[in-house]
Amino acid sequence: MSAPAAEQRFARFAVSPSRRRRDRFARTAILAATLIALIPLVLIVYYLLRKGLSSWSTSFFTTDPTGNTFFKSSSIGGIKSAILGTIEIVALASAIAIPIGVGVAVWLVEYGRESWFAQTVRFFIDVLTGVPSILFGLFIYIVLVVGTGSSYAGYKGSLALALLMLPVVTRASEVILQLVPGALRESALALGAPRWRMILRVVLPTALPGMVTGVLLAVARAAGETAPLLFTAAATLKTNFDLGQFMNSLPVQIYNDVTSPTTAVVNRAWGAALTLVAMILVLNVIARLISRRSRLA
Amino acid sequence: MRSPRPQSSVTDVEPERRSEIDEQGGEAGDPAAGMQSSAAVATTQQAAPDAEPGLAVRLEQLRAFYGDAEQVKGIDLEFRANQVTAIIGPSGCGKSTMIRCINRMHEEIPGAHAEGRVLLDDLDVYAPSVDVVAVRRAIGMVFQKPNPFPTMSIYNNVAAGLRLSSGRRGDLRSKVESALRSAGLWDEVSGRLDEPGAGLSGGQQQRLCIARSLAVDPEVILMDEPCSALDPIATLKIEELIAELKKRVTIVIVTHNMQQAARVADRTAFMLDGRVVEVGPTQEIFTNPGDPRTEEYVTGKFG
Repeated sequence: MSAPAAEQRFARFAVSPSRRRRDRFARTAILAATLIALIPLVLIVYYLLRKGLSSWSTSFFTTDPTGNTFFKSSSIGGIKSAILGTIEIVALASAIAIPIGVGVAVWLVEYGRESWFAQTVRFFIDVLTGVPSILFGLFIYIVLVVGTGSSYAGYKGSLALALLMLPVVTRASEVILQLVPGALRESALALGAPRWRMILRVVLPTALPGMVTGVLLAVARAAGETAPLLFTAAATLKTNFDLGQFMNSLPVQIYNDVTSPTTAVVNRAWGAALTLVAMILVLNVIARLISRRSRLA
Repeated sequence: MRSPRPQSSVTDVEPERRSEIDEQGGEAGDPAAGMQSSAAVATTQQAAPDAEPGLAVRLEQLRAFYGDAEQVKGIDLEFRANQVTAIIGPSGCGKSTMIRCINRMHEEIPGAHAEGRVLLDDLDVYAPSVDVVAVRRAIGMVFQKPNPFPTMSIYNNVAAGLRLSSGRRGDLRSKVESALRSAGLWDEVSGRLDEPGAGLSGGQQQRLCIARSLAVDPEVILMDEPCSALDPIATLKIEELIAELKKRVTIVIVTHNMQQAARVADRTAFMLDGRVVEVGPTQEIFTNPGDPRTEEYVTGKFG
């Protein structure tokens, strides 16, 4: 068969020039969108490293801030109390929010299912997820600070963060629990397992890696929040292991330092910000490592 | 003698008491131990004297619903002790729904319920005093797709039934081994009991699931198309296993595979649109059916 004849026979398989053009345009457009989204990310990391790394030193992590912000830079102190305060406040918030959130998720998936009450709970959890974080701080401020006539305290900050984490933990756990195949529940029940034992022995272990990921992401988010802490845990200079007292935290330290007229103090804010990002990064990496072990699709 | 056994083994929630009864029954070693159901005994000569005999199951006017939709529309049917009964019929005719009513798994589906009676020997498993957990221990189930617990090793998968259903461990190791032997899997996995159950082949996984349900020592095993996800060689192994298992349990198997029903079943029931059209000895259903619809189905004219 001659070449032109073959060309004619297969003409309908040829890609038309206009389709080729549209394809190239669409690919370029979505690539550009991706690059534009990357710009602020890269800039944030770049400035954090450039400005933050220079203030990192051993004493930066091992001394409390001195409160001296007007004189020689060597005397402003480090951020030890802020790092430890953040860890303490977030640990207590996690201890409150994670068991309750996981409990709510188990109830929603295994017991409430599609009942009207479960649907109502889901709706309000979604609403809570969208509430601005400062409102949780305000709520605790009004109830536990103004309402009791007492002062700021670390545990009040924890409660505000716990409220913020609760819907995130619940939703993340619920999604993962729903991924556990119904067939596993059925086989456990068909073996004569009571429902509670099926949940503890089969459903939760299967869902565990995924739930840990969701929970750690909620913890990471809470660790970076400033607004709920401003008027609940306040800020202080000294390292403090009593959650009933004023407590320093990284976000609040950054907030206070960055408005200072003293360059060294502003630089401390950058160093503290880099520290916070590094801590959250570590949590995220742990979450990813655990989710890689997940047995759910 | 162990005449009160069916009632006590199913209604008794206390694991210790159940184990005592089990042991007494086992020690008695009386060939008459299998005489729970006089109707069934006549046809259970093949049961070995030392085997744990299965129990007969009888359905009386069984109806099953999903919400208001009636899927099983009044079935009277007997599954004789230590026999294999195959359920055949076109998709959607209610086969799976029907067998899920036997161990009360049907009610796990939101909005679903069953009416009528399911008698395990003489005990109505739907009676209000009956513990559903005990019913499911006595009536095991093997599902269409092999579904070993993904977080558990081979060993723990088999032990799961024992661990999940009561605090009592007994000699777990020997029970696991004997269940794996009964499921014809021991020689293939004995050297790697700690490996994940999900790492086995499909056929091995299904035999692992059979071992898992055998470990709790049921009297009846329900199989819902146990071979539909398996290749012919794995299917053959399961079928050989079924022939072996009926010495100790009563087996009900739903299948879409007519040859499989012919190969493994002593009796076959043909279902259509939520009703049993015909039930009888397998040979008769396939060679000399009494109902024209059965004949059309088994000869491949529809369904």
